[in-house]
Amino acid sequence: MKHLLSIADLSRDEVDSLLATAEEMHDVQSRPIKKLPALRGRTVVNLFFEDSTRTRSSFELAAKWLSADAINVSAKGSSVSKGESMRDTLLTLDAMGVDAIIMRHAGSGSVAQAAGWVKASMINAGDGMHEHPTQALLDAHAISRHLRALGRGSLEGKRVAITGDLLHSRVVRSNVLLLDKLGAYVVLVAPPTLLPPGVETWGVEVSQDFDAVLPDVDVAMMLRVQRERMSGGFFPSEREYIDGYGLTPRRLALLPDHACIAHPGPMNRGLEISSAAADAARSIILDQVSAGVAVRMSVLYHLLAGEES
Amino acid sequence: MDEPRAVMTADDISRALTRMTHEIVERNRGAEGVLLLGILTRGVPLAHRIAEIAAHSELTLPVGQLDITMYRDDLRANPTRPVGRTILPGSIDDRVVVLVDDVLYSGRTVQAALHALADLGRPSSIQLVTLIDRGLRELPIQADVVGKSLPSARSERVRVQLSETDGEDLVTIERTAQ
Repeated sequence: MKHLLSIADLSRDEVDSLLATAEEMHDVQSRPIKKLPALRGRTVVNLFFEDSTRTRSSFELAAKWLSADAINVSAKGSSVSKGESMRDTLLTLDAMGVDAIIMRHAGSGSVAQAAGWVKASMINAGDGMHEHPTQALLDAHAISRHLRALGRGSLEGKRVAITGDLLHSRVVRSNVLLLDKLGAYVVLVAPPTLLPPGVETWGVEVSQDFDAVLPDVDVAMMLRVQRERMSGGFFPSEREYIDGYGLTPRRLALLPDHACIAHPGPMNRGLEISSAAADAARSIILDQVSAGVAVRMSVLYHLLAGEES
Repeated sequence: MDEPRAVMTADDISRALTRMTHEIVERNRGAEGVLLLGILTRGVPLAHRIAEIAAHSELTLPVGQLDITMYRDDLRANPTRPVGRTILPGSIDDRVVVLVDDVLYSGRTVQAALHALADLGRPSSIQLVTLIDRGLRELPIQADVVGKSLPSARSERVRVQLSETDGEDLVTIERTAQ
């Protein structure tokens, strides 16, 4: 593996291998000395053209816990704000001899395009409304750990509802691809205005009736309503959105006892998810955050440790 | 390439492990504060067997396993290796950690294991136990307890097979094409 651009590029074996290594990386997080020497002498750059807290800091921690040197470059405060093009920024960093560039950019497909320009490994940390592969991997990792803790086996055959602003979400595409590879069933729940075009070709169930879906799921994954990407009226009012698609205390009661609640964050509490749901014992939202570091350690290890890189 | 030649049968391995267990217990004047850490892969079943033999004398030697993949100094020279699991039977701080492996060769695996242990805690001492010492060290490392010394050439391959991992107990040596 040279780059991680899309879940679609990964074979089932590669996914299994990434998730198995993440499991071992999880143990490192609970050690007093959170350091492995595997990437000593390697350098990774977090190149973020969009704001981020959890993805950027978890990639930075992952790199540092594997002993790589990590630097952060954000659009604000860099030459990007002086008008330097994305290509020139990438070529500049590549010329410094970095081993991996972890990139987030508003342009769908931008990271794949960048991979053609540089010698470094490119990792997609979110490209527009396209993909966010490490988020899907960490979701699968956190859900799998939850299922195992309850003695309910793997994701194979489990039912996952993904509800919310699917139109603007890069998480949903990566998740649908990955959950399908892992043998889970996906139900997408959203108002028709927030469904991605062509969703009918994704091979998953689509519903507008959240109440009917909930009693039958193993995982309720909620996605953020991305107000910043909305220019027009995608739904009549926040009140109506909550009534139709919010994980309210009433809906929480519709979930089976074993089902967990996931959210990639950041959350709009009181809109797509109530505090009762976000803070419930069955919520794995903070587990997703810890899983994020473990999964990103695994990704960096697989991309950078061996000779193929 | 020659046919593999058997250098230890199942009986030889069993006798060697019994003697090694006694040596470990003697060196440490009992089992107090001692724990066995098998280096993945074949060091783990060997560590368990040593603990079983010690149990016949009513001595308890806790067993763990150590994966040294991330600490190898040749990570970059090979395709990415799958990572194994490190399981400790409690804290290693102030304990006598006995590393158990099947073959001692260049010493690089042991060096990696020592680095891994340094990240896991601070044992009072670390000892090394190996079923086979085939010589050809590249680092100043030696075992405290050895099942069989087997001087060998670099062109030879020493293979330890154990019933837990390979279906039978056997140690063979063969000349390779190298």
